[in-house]
Amino acid sequence: MSALLEVENLTVDIPLAAGVLHPVRGISFSVSQGETVCIVGESGCGKSLTSLALMDLLPKRAIRTADRLRLDDTDLTRVSAREMARIRGNRMAMIFQEPMTSLNPAYTIGNQLEEAMLQHRPVSRSEARDRAVYLLEKVGIPAATSRLSQYPHQLSGGLRQRVMIAMTLMCGPDLIIADEPTTALDVTIQAQILHLLADLQKEFQMGLLLITHDLGIVARVADRVCTMYAGQFVEQGSVKEIFRNPLHPYTRGLLECIPVPGKTPRGSYLGSIPGMVPSLIGELRGCSFRDRCKFVRDGCENDIALKRLGDAGRAYRCIMSPEQSQRAEADRALA
Amino acid sequence: MADYLLELRDASRTFTISAGLFQPKKTLRAVDRVSLGLHKGEVLGIVGESGCGKSTIARMLLGLLAPSSGEIYFDGQPLYRMERLARARRILPVFQDPYSSLNPRKTIEEIISLPLVVHKIGMPEERRRWLAEIMQRVGLSPDYLPHYPNQLSGGQRQRVAIARALIMRPEIVICDEPTSALDVSVQSQILNLLMDLRRDFGLTYILISHNLAVVEHIASRVAVMYLGRIVEEADTETLFRDPKHPYTRALLDSVLTPEPELGVPDAQLGIAFPNPLAPPPGCTFHPRCVHALPVCKERAPLPIARDEGGHVECHLYDGVHAPPPQRQASLAAS
Repeated sequence: MSALLEVENLTVDIPLAAGVLHPVRGISFSVSQGETVCIVGESGCGKSLTSLALMDLLPKRAIRTADRLRLDDTDLTRVSAREMARIRGNRMAMIFQEPMTSLNPAYTIGNQLEEAMLQHRPVSRSEARDRAVYLLEKVGIPAATSRLSQYPHQLSGGLRQRVMIAMTLMCGPDLIIADEPTTALDVTIQAQILHLLADLQKEFQMGLLLITHDLGIVARVADRVCTMYAGQFVEQGSVKEIFRNPLHPYTRGLLECIPVPGKTPRGSYLGSIPGMVPSLIGELRGCSFRDRCKFVRDGCENDIALKRLGDAGRAYRCIMSPEQSQRAEADRALA
Repeated sequence: MADYLLELRDASRTFTISAGLFQPKKTLRAVDRVSLGLHKGEVLGIVGESGCGKSTIARMLLGLLAPSSGEIYFDGQPLYRMERLARARRILPVFQDPYSSLNPRKTIEEIISLPLVVHKIGMPEERRRWLAEIMQRVGLSPDYLPHYPNQLSGGQRQRVAIARALIMRPEIVICDEPTSALDVSVQSQILNLLMDLRRDFGLTYILISHNLAVVEHIASRVAVMYLGRIVEEADTETLFRDPKHPYTRALLDSVLTPEPELGVPDAQLGIAFPNPLAPPPGCTFHPRCVHALPVCKERAPLPIARDEGGHVECHLYDGVHAPPPQRQASLAAS
């Protein structure tokens, strides 16, 4: 089965006064129908710019290049701005982090939902309205019809995010890109929204690209995971592989940082990753994690290619072999 | 119990909210007759959804908001009858957002030593020594002293906020979401630091957080808030092993631990989010509760003491209305 979204060697460069910023440095991945792929990383790793690059919503001066950027049968590197506008919100739609800033406060919910469909489909306003009511019910909003005349500020954060999800579904997209869809929400609402996304995705067989910093979310919803650091993927694989047998020191470091109730002894020291993300301005060489890595050694200053393991998409970017990595980790635990 | 260091006794805080032009004003009961004590040396976690009143409690305990009714005692004395400076010296805050809680126009040196200036403590020479000590203690290089907050990362700024609180040698530090604006790798460093400092300085913490994994990790006792009430309170081990209140259970079930086998939990809370201006009658949680009984709509439950200490406010445990529900094994396992 060929993938729904195929990305090969995607880069984003942003010229600044101080030099060229390289927030995305040659990433490759794919999303199939009905599949959830998570990109996980900390702030500044380039994950949000990746999503904007896919939607062609980058700031004007940013330069996007890719060997391949394909949505189903459309080559996204070749489409005009007008054609892209037809694809955006129609065949691929995006859920943003803060539903308050991504919904227009001056228009009613109904108006905005209908607009999302009228823009792309030859339907009447009443047909669009029927679809809006259907989807609002689908995303679990009670009294959907009466909500249509409400404004975003009259809804709670959880409801607003549900409206946002309903809006992305108006045209029945093939792919949803969700950038930190639950970060602004309470844990209880977060679980509900993620549940809802997973249900809808299954029902409509959509591809879902979820971008988050939260490894808890990744573990629970992803099929496949890409760990992003300093604009590159440092590790890729199935969710079980990544969590059971993380190969890159950064992925392992992230996992050690989070306390897990019932597993991490209460009050024990949590793992940490000392140091800071390197500057992504100008010429970058070698492993970008080497300044923070416990296992840094000769050779880390050279560029390290992504090493592929097997053919299930498992890959990582580290000078150590999996065995060396395991041994080094065991030695550290003893010391 | 008289040995509380800080204690809320039946304390409430209401706010008057304008409902619009020509509309009568409405009363929001942010904290509703809460009694809660803090022992010396413990870490009390307060958890709950946004709008439940946990930050209002923090502000009352800091002396920033007087209770509308009820009393707050600090070391056996009414907090609001103590002199403002005297209480501000002993109870200090660390806020959530290290971007907005540090004055952008002051240097790190000025920010951290400001409390000493305000309280007129120490001579310049001593102040400089303390400053150097505390900087070292929170893991900041003295090179940062002449810098401004915008030159620091989020984690470094939170260290500055912690240093500013600790330079006063306070007894109680109230941390309101101290790590939620930070990346996980930085969050763990700040949590390690907070635990170290507590041990070294004999501090008492109140930790307000929506991150239950963090609370479980460093709190010794946990209070669960819902719409202004503390619906359950117990020591951390008991609360996480055997949560009683259906709301506590739903909260714990919503925690997404990094365990890929488990999938997204279904906390079955419904989306009937309560309007705090018109709270539901009876138990305020009943519209979202899967175990709600007829009595829950009529009468608010009273606190029931738990065998292991602490209390729960739920009709399911009063021994009259229903047998207590069993927790689903699959969820409890997480």
